[in-house]
This record gives sequence, C-alpha cells and structure tokens, in this order.
Amino acid sequence: MTATPQTLVEIRDAIAAGETKSTEICSEYLERIAAVDGSLHAFNNVTREQALERAATIDRSRTEGDPRPLLGVPIAIKDNLCTRGVPTTASSRILKHFVPPYDATVVSRLEAAGAIVLGKTNCDEFGMGSSNENSAFGSVKNPWDLTRSPGGSSGGSAAAVSARLVPGALGSDTGGSIRQPAALCGVVGLKPTYGRVSRYGLLAFASSLDQVGPLTLTVRDAALLLEVIAGPDPRDATTAPQQVPHYTEALDADLQGVRLGVPSALLDSGIDPEVKQAFGAVVEAIQATGATVSEITLPHAQYAIPVYYLLATAEASSNLARYDGVRYTHRAELDPASTTLRAMYDRTRSEGFGAEVKRRIMLGTYALSAGYYDAYYLKAQRVRTLILRDYEQAFNTVDAVIMPTSPVPAFTLGEKINDPLQMYLLDIFTVSANLAGLPAISVPAGFTQERLPVGVQLVGRAFDEVGLLKIANAYERTNGWWKEAPSI
Amino acid sequence: MSSRLTKSDVERIASLAHLELSEAEKETFARQLADILTYAETVQAIDTTDAPPTTHVLSRHEAFRTDEVQESLSRDEALANAPDGTPDEGFFKVPKVIE
Repeated sequence: MTATPQTLVEIRDAIAAGETKSTEICSEYLERIAAVDGSLHAFNNVTREQALERAATIDRSRTEGDPRPLLGVPIAIKDNLCTRGVPTTASSRILKHFVPPYDATVVSRLEAAGAIVLGKTNCDEFGMGSSNENSAFGSVKNPWDLTRSPGGSSGGSAAAVSARLVPGALGSDTGGSIRQPAALCGVVGLKPTYGRVSRYGLLAFASSLDQVGPLTLTVRDAALLLEVIAGPDPRDATTAPQQVPHYTEALDADLQGVRLGVPSALLDSGIDPEVKQAFGAVVEAIQATGATVSEITLPHAQYAIPVYYLLATAEASSNLARYDGVRYTHRAELDPASTTLRAMYDRTRSEGFGAEVKRRIMLGTYALSAGYYDAYYLKAQRVRTLILRDYEQAFNTVDAVIMPTSPVPAFTLGEKINDPLQMYLLDIFTVSANLAGLPAISVPAGFTQERLPVGVQLVGRAFDEVGLLKIANAYERTNGWWKEAPSI
Repeated sequence: MSSRLTKSDVERIASLAHLELSEAEKETFARQLADILTYAETVQAIDTTDAPPTTHVLSRHEAFRTDEVQESLSRDEALANAPDGTPDEGFFKVPKVIE
C-alpha cells in the first residue's frame, strides 16, 4: 500500500510524472466506491461515466509541464453545491429531482484546475444537523464503526475521504459542518474565513455564516484545495478582495515564537475524558515543536450555541422560503381545479422538508416574528458582537486559539436524534468561529480506546489561514494519525 | 418572557412559515421549541449596552462593480426545474389566484 499515492498532492504528482493515469486513478476510486459505499452511504450520486470521460480527455490531452494544480485528480462535492447537469439535492425530498443549470463557483474553479468530480456526497438536509441522520435519503455511517454517526452535516464528504473512497472533498460549514465530521471521521477539515471562498451556487442555509471548505487526508492537501477555490468572485458580493496567498508554499515553517491560547474555562465541563486526554497530548506535542501555549478567556463563548441557533434559524427561515413548489421541482399533487395557491405552498413545503428543517424554520420564524424580534434575534446579534470582541481581545496575546473540535467522539446512530437540544449542544466548540467569521481547522489528534478518531481545532485571525495551516502542518508532522485508515 | 408554547402559538408560527403540521407534529414541536427557547433565553441576561448588532462580519469593503450587461441563464434553463413550467409560453405556472 505504501507506494500507492493517497493524497491529492501525491496523486497529482504521480499523474504529472507519467507514473499513472487519471483514468487508472479514477477507476480505482470508482471501484472502491462501488464495493464499499453500499454499507457507508457517503454518496447520493456517483457520476461514473462523466468522470471517466473527463479523465480520458485529460489523459489524452495532457502535455508536459501542464500547470493545472489538480490535473486528473478525483474529488467529491457535497450535495448542496450546484453541479451543472448533475442532480443537487441537499439531501432533501424537496430537491430530489433538482438539476442545476449552472456550476457553483468552487466547482468551476476545481474543474478549471483539472479536478474530476466523482460524485455528490450525502449530508444532513440543507446542512442542518450534526449527525447526518437528517438526510432524507438515509444517514451516512462512520467508517470507523458502522453503528456510529460520521458527524454532520458534511458527513458524506468526511466519511468518503476517511474510507479512501476519494482523496479529497468539499463540504460547507455553517456551525461546524466541515470540522465536526472531519474530527469524528479522522480527517482534516478547514472552514475558511467568511468571505474567503465564494458561496455562489451553495444552496444557502444561513448566509452570514456559511462557508465552503475542503476535507482531506493531510493539511497540505487542504492548503492545495483552498488555494484553488479561494478568492474574490463577482457573483458573491461578500467575497473579500484580498489576494489569495500560496498556502501550499507557506506550510513548512517551525513554530518558534508562535503563541497559542487555550480557553480553559470553556473546556471545564461536558467533555468526554478521552477527548480531554487527547487534547492534553496535542498541547504537549505542539509545545515540543516550539510554540508557546497559554490560558486565555473567551467570556461569551458559552453563549455561542443559543446565539447561533437563533441567528442561523432566522436566516434559514428566510433562505428556505424559496422552496414553494413554483420554481424548484417538487410540487404537492393537489386537484388543480379546487386548490388554492396558499394550500399548494403549504402542502409542498410540509411534504418536502424533513423534521429538523421544519423545526429550524419554525424556530427562526418565531425569533423574527413581531413581539419577539428584539428579545431573540436582535439580542443574539448583539451578543454575536461580544463573541467577536472576545476573539479580537484574545488575538492581542495569542496567534491562534486551540480547543477540541467536538466534546465527544462519534456517537451511536439514533442516540441523540430525538433530543434536538442535546444535539445542538455538541456544537459548543465550533459555532463561535462562524459567528466571528474566523478561519478554523480540525486535524486528527489520535484515537480513543475503542479506535474512534478524535480531532483538535485551531481558530485563527481573519484571513490568517496561512498561520493556521502552519501550526496544523507542524502538529501533523509530529504524528502519523492521518495514515491510519479504517478497515472498511 | 415565557417559553411555554401553546398549540395555538405553534399553529401561528407554522402559518407564518407556510407549513402544514399534523397534530402529532404540533405537540412535538411545542415541547421541543419550548426547550430550545428556554435555553436560548440565557442570552437575555447578558449586558449588551455597548454592543451594536452584528449583521455581517468582516464586510468592510464596498462590493461595487461596473454595471455591464453579462450573459445570464436562458429562459429555458431558468424554467427547466419548474414543476409546472411551460417553456413554450415562457411562464412559471401556479394555481389560479384570481377568480
């Protein structure tokens, strides 16, 4: 196995050196998907024919020294990112037959870089969930233990990369949806700074929080994908004008002088003992590389969950209003002679959306409704400001904040799905980066006794993905966690 | 502020959200939403006197561009996903609204 290229960089280089062909690589991954995904359900749709055709074209036309950074390399795309001519469902019944007439900007950028899309990955419906159990098409399973959740909402992307069904994937992260499944499946997951990556063609959940980002085996691969997808886009006015650094070239640096902060008070309660132990070991390993670690406080971080669930649901209730049976495929079957427009809207939405999506639309509608707007929505926006200020304060003394990604390792499917509030509490360490718009990365940090992966998270200054990637890369080099693959 | 939600509260919210709920859903949502709102009320005790609301983080630039006509979706493409689209006529169709 050691000679087989596994990472995006290795595959890209092997194809460029003529050691293998894109068609060979893509066929191998497609065979593995065919063999394994029946039990994993990481994919909603595998685009086999298209992928092989594209790979063959690349193999035929490739010339020496082609500069495209992902030439011939297979990847997967979360099913809430639009792919022209390929169904894009957001794992919702309401979009089961939706075929976008355009590509998301991140998809066209990946394809322009030479990448080949193998398929669309399963997720929680519209990105709403932390377990993947809210997919209308059935949950993804965790490749380390098929009875457990892969996390969510980008669980299909995380499970696919972890199980080596694809060497890299895109996900989206509104409150931890890239980082938490990355942690639970033992892969790298990066949520970029808000505005770093275009959201054009991402089916919107909460527009002030959503970001697209990579899930990969290594930090270097995450840097490579980010380099390709980042940058201003005239089609998303919130993208930032800042130049995109060469992330892959900035990775290899030692950590002398780098300062990390641990928000100790936040870590006081509710963390699984094995996660806590693994986190302690990470801090020691990072200190050994030359970084200094000190305690910091994020006094309002404990309010991040209520703030997040008020704001994200409010934005969702507005964003999902467009699914009304008129433009996007699904319409309830009603007698056209007697039905009213209103009845058509209501019935379509009620049969098209799953329970969690309805719950969040209801919560958001309530938080925005007359009489409650000030007390819930506006108040949450004000506390969001305090959470942002906490981070600004912390970054006066440290370069990045370090904490676990998830308070628990992968939990059993069915264990938490009937108690929405308990499920929301799992997002305690991830949501604040979205509220503050900051970049954050989860990297593998070892395993529990039961061989379940644990992740560690770094949160950095706005647009300092370089700083985060350097620290993450230096930590990754202290261990070989990413090389361990589940035995599926 | 009370987070006890009655069935009629749930019905009012569902109507605003254009959702049609079964009796069982109404009961479950009343309980679950009350739990979540009670938890969310912890934010109300925080002093936010000097904290203006944040609507968008980091949006400190003006996103102006030149006003030029660019290629857009064709009418057929725009109508392709409509459940009752009529590409020939070029309309989205809805149930009768005016008698």
